[in-house]
Amino acid sequence: MRNSFVARNPSVLIFLAILALFTLAITVLSEGVGLGLVSTSFVKTLGKTLCLALIAVAMDLVWGYAGILSLGHFAFFGLGGYMIGMWLMYERTRQIVVDSLANAPIPPTPQEISDAIGSQIFGVVGGSDFPVIWSFAHSLTIQLILVVAVPGLLALVFGWLAFRSRVTGVYLSILTQAMTLALSLYLFQNDSGLRGNNGLSGLQNLPHLDDVPQSIVSIWFFWASALALALGYLLAAWVVSGKFGSVIRGIRDNEARVRFLGYSVEAYKLALFTLTAMIAGIAGALYYPQAGIINPAEIAPIASIYLAAWVAIGGRGRLYGAVIGAGFVSLVSSWFTGGQAPDVHLGFYTIRWVDWWTILLGLSFVAVTLFAPKGIGGLVDLWTDRRAPDRHGADLGPDMGSLREREAER
Amino acid sequence: MRGIMLKRFFLVLLAAISLAAAARAQDGIGPMQAILQEQAEVIVKSSRTSIGPAIDAVAASGLPQAQGVLEAWQAKDMWQRQADGLFFRATQDGDRYLLTDFDTGAPVGEAGKADLRQIKPNSGVRALLGTALVRFQLLDPDPARRADALTSLERDANADLLAPLRAAIDPEPDAGLKARKQRLERLLTISYDPDQAARIAAIDAMSGDLGVDVRAVLNPLVATTLRVFPGTPPEGLNIAKRLRPGSADLPREAAYDMLVQADLAPPRVSPAALRDALAAHIRNGAVGGVPVAQLSDPDRRTVAYTALAAAGLVPPYLTEDQIDAALEAHVFAMLYAEPSSAVTDAANAALTNISMKVGLNQALDLGLDALSLGSIYFLAAIGLAITFGVMGVINMAHGEFIMMGAYTGYVVQQVIPNHTVSIIVAIPLAFAVTFAAGVAMERLVIRWLYNRPLETLLATFGISIALQQLAKNIFGTQARPLTSPDWLGGAWVLNDVVSISYIRIAIFVLALIFLALFLFIMKRTRLGLETRAVTQNPGMAAAMGINPGRVNMLTFGLGSGIAGIAGVAIGLFAKVTSELGSDYIVQSFMTVVVGGVGNIWGTLLGALMIGSLQKGIEFLNPSNTLAAQTYMIIFIIIFIQFRPRGIIALRGRAAGD
Repeated sequence: MRNSFVARNPSVLIFLAILALFTLAITVLSEGVGLGLVSTSFVKTLGKTLCLALIAVAMDLVWGYAGILSLGHFAFFGLGGYMIGMWLMYERTRQIVVDSLANAPIPPTPQEISDAIGSQIFGVVGGSDFPVIWSFAHSLTIQLILVVAVPGLLALVFGWLAFRSRVTGVYLSILTQAMTLALSLYLFQNDSGLRGNNGLSGLQNLPHLDDVPQSIVSIWFFWASALALALGYLLAAWVVSGKFGSVIRGIRDNEARVRFLGYSVEAYKLALFTLTAMIAGIAGALYYPQAGIINPAEIAPIASIYLAAWVAIGGRGRLYGAVIGAGFVSLVSSWFTGGQAPDVHLGFYTIRWVDWWTILLGLSFVAVTLFAPKGIGGLVDLWTDRRAPDRHGADLGPDMGSLREREAER
Repeated sequence: MRGIMLKRFFLVLLAAISLAAAARAQDGIGPMQAILQEQAEVIVKSSRTSIGPAIDAVAASGLPQAQGVLEAWQAKDMWQRQADGLFFRATQDGDRYLLTDFDTGAPVGEAGKADLRQIKPNSGVRALLGTALVRFQLLDPDPARRADALTSLERDANADLLAPLRAAIDPEPDAGLKARKQRLERLLTISYDPDQAARIAAIDAMSGDLGVDVRAVLNPLVATTLRVFPGTPPEGLNIAKRLRPGSADLPREAAYDMLVQADLAPPRVSPAALRDALAAHIRNGAVGGVPVAQLSDPDRRTVAYTALAAAGLVPPYLTEDQIDAALEAHVFAMLYAEPSSAVTDAANAALTNISMKVGLNQALDLGLDALSLGSIYFLAAIGLAITFGVMGVINMAHGEFIMMGAYTGYVVQQVIPNHTVSIIVAIPLAFAVTFAAGVAMERLVIRWLYNRPLETLLATFGISIALQQLAKNIFGTQARPLTSPDWLGGAWVLNDVVSISYIRIAIFVLALIFLALFLFIMKRTRLGLETRAVTQNPGMAAAMGINPGRVNMLTFGLGSGIAGIAGVAIGLFAKVTSELGSDYIVQSFMTVVVGGVGNIWGTLLGALMIGSLQKGIEFLNPSNTLAAQTYMIIFIIIFIQFRPRGIIALRGRAAGD
């Protein structure tokens, strides 16, 4: 008789408990509903960090478990943000337009309202007509479906093309990076229909909720982000714990062998790639209303590479590692780049962290890959006293890109 | 009494005038002075409308002095002596003026300012003088002055210059200038000759010419204006074509607006005007019997407005049928400004002919552009072809090595101001700097990560962002110039369409040199042999006495060093910034992957393909280089579907798997 899911994965329970405690603590301390010890902007930062942790979990699934180093997941994240941003911006502009036209002596026609919204939104790029992709912007339901459908569809098409031509390893990484670059360059154009490099803005203002202060809204989004992370984590843990998980780990370690065993490697990879793209889209849809603005620079390939770095620093191949990595690096990063870190005076030179943090981060990528392939999550192994067997240099037999012998030795 | 006084006065005056005339005759004034005296009244009046005969008299005199007179006149150096009305060239000397006779060129004394009157032609008169001068300048003994006159004529021609230009062709001794004169004569004939047959002949003669000036002359001939006529257009108009309202060339709204502008139809009531009119006539919560609350429906608005119009309160509402009827009743036509249809036909035929030739030449130009862009990509990718293609190491910091090379060039230029010398110094120095950086990186990082490509990607990416930020901290975020030497400054101009700058030719040559260098090192040197051995089977290579660590280090250093040199070359035409490398990194990887990993010819083909693809897409959509890059990347993704291993795929054992 098999043990229950939770019994086989005690880390899931621990993680969920810690997340619940954290959410409760921040709620109690928050400005909006609690004691006011934590500022609204910091609640937003934490909420955004939870979203980043969610996409890191998706990245860990696809990289740590399936060995596909995708440099395109931030594109899916951004697409999710754009999809929800379209509704937020449309609905809020509509509300403003309707309010201002209500005072007119003659009630406006639907065409007049639509024109006014169009010139409000697209005035910055010199247009006033609604592009085709905004056809559903009036409907929250459809846009919410698109949050998962658009990234999912893109991942499906791209993944199908890439996997069926057996592009693997670094080639796949470069290809996904090219896809991300193409998407961001496309969105940078003014006639892409998504306001070019202006992006979508004012997303923090929820339509029809003008009376609710941002301190409350931030807590709502914080809860939503925490819930999404909890559900996403559960889903990811469930996916990797079953037979499906075993197959994708097999693909990571030796793709050819799994194929010879009769599994349709491409289908497994495609399913996982698409699933993680959808998770990334949801994370983005929760992230950008908290950030308030989305523009194509967010999608640039470098963001996806940072994502890979978070997962590496946190520890790949374990879900909580991804969460730790995303949370740790993004919070430390915002601490350093926010100018809060004290300058270091060396007498002849003053190190300002705003300038030097990126260098420190870059070097820490190198250090982690060289000296701590298990990342921060590897510290848990010390505590649980889990050790890798000493194989005296014998080959573990994994494929390129997976955890290699040297890592297992430690 | 009074009459006698007047008569005596006149007698005295007459005597004085005849005395003065006698005095002139006695002085024996020169022929030019005589002409000037004849025209004295007009010259002094100096009015644009009446000056013509005077200028013509001087210019047509056939005297050698004529040019000098006209030039002095134009330069406001011609003065009239008050005492006897004679004209001189005067030059100021202190507060006195030295007078020179126009005929003899000899000084004839001096005079104070009070005794002289300056002839001050206004700008209109000066222009006429300039025109008259052209015929002299075109025949000037000095070829340089003839060339100058032609240049000014090409820039600013008018109908009056045609005759002098024609007269100046036959005496021209210089073949080059003669050709220019003939060409200009034809262009002026096209524009200004009253004889239609001559114009058409000239148009036909120029119909194969690629010059921008030919098109500049022909285009106004075929320029059209859109006109609207009630009923059939009158005879004798040169109509290019009739337009139907509602077609792509003439949208329905634009057509109706034209009718309104020409007062041929009543203005339409725009939706905004309709709304304002309704708002102005709200009575007891209703307009024209329609409650205000219903007016959010466009149909109800029309009903309300029609009711108001029926009551005579607002201008009538035009239905779509009425608009259509008005459009039906009128003819819209494009009219040539040029009245002769034979001329416009000839001009159109010539323009078609020219545009075909221009198209061919543009294709050639595009090909050259694509070639040069391809060689830039090749240059950026060739270092990668060594480190990634041969060694299999994925180095995301490769772009930063390019950037380091460019910054090395910049620093060298700060120290050595001579651009030629500084470039010659910068190239080996950039190689040395990036070679050292590459070797250091291989020893410290990459050596530990062989066979772990994804980790290599991550670690080298870390180095990449660190190097980029370091460059930002040192050199700032603004772009630094890397100036090319003057002899690389110009462009090789084939004709008005095809040209290529020398710097691009230099980069093309550099790319060829690197290709040769790569082939030489890989196929003809010991290092190349050892590199290939280590890449194929490190264990076996080590057993044969090759030190794999040393070979890897040197090969990686070589690839990085070439990136540095590429950086100097790229920095010459792009601004040097810390992002220079990252602009090229994705394209470089694409080049290597598309070409086929591990094969330099594949890299070359890949670079050419990506270069020509990008230029081709840019040509189809010139306003948008961002879209060009997007479509190019999509194309590459699709291309990889069909040739996953690149254009030239390695087979067998060399493929490595």
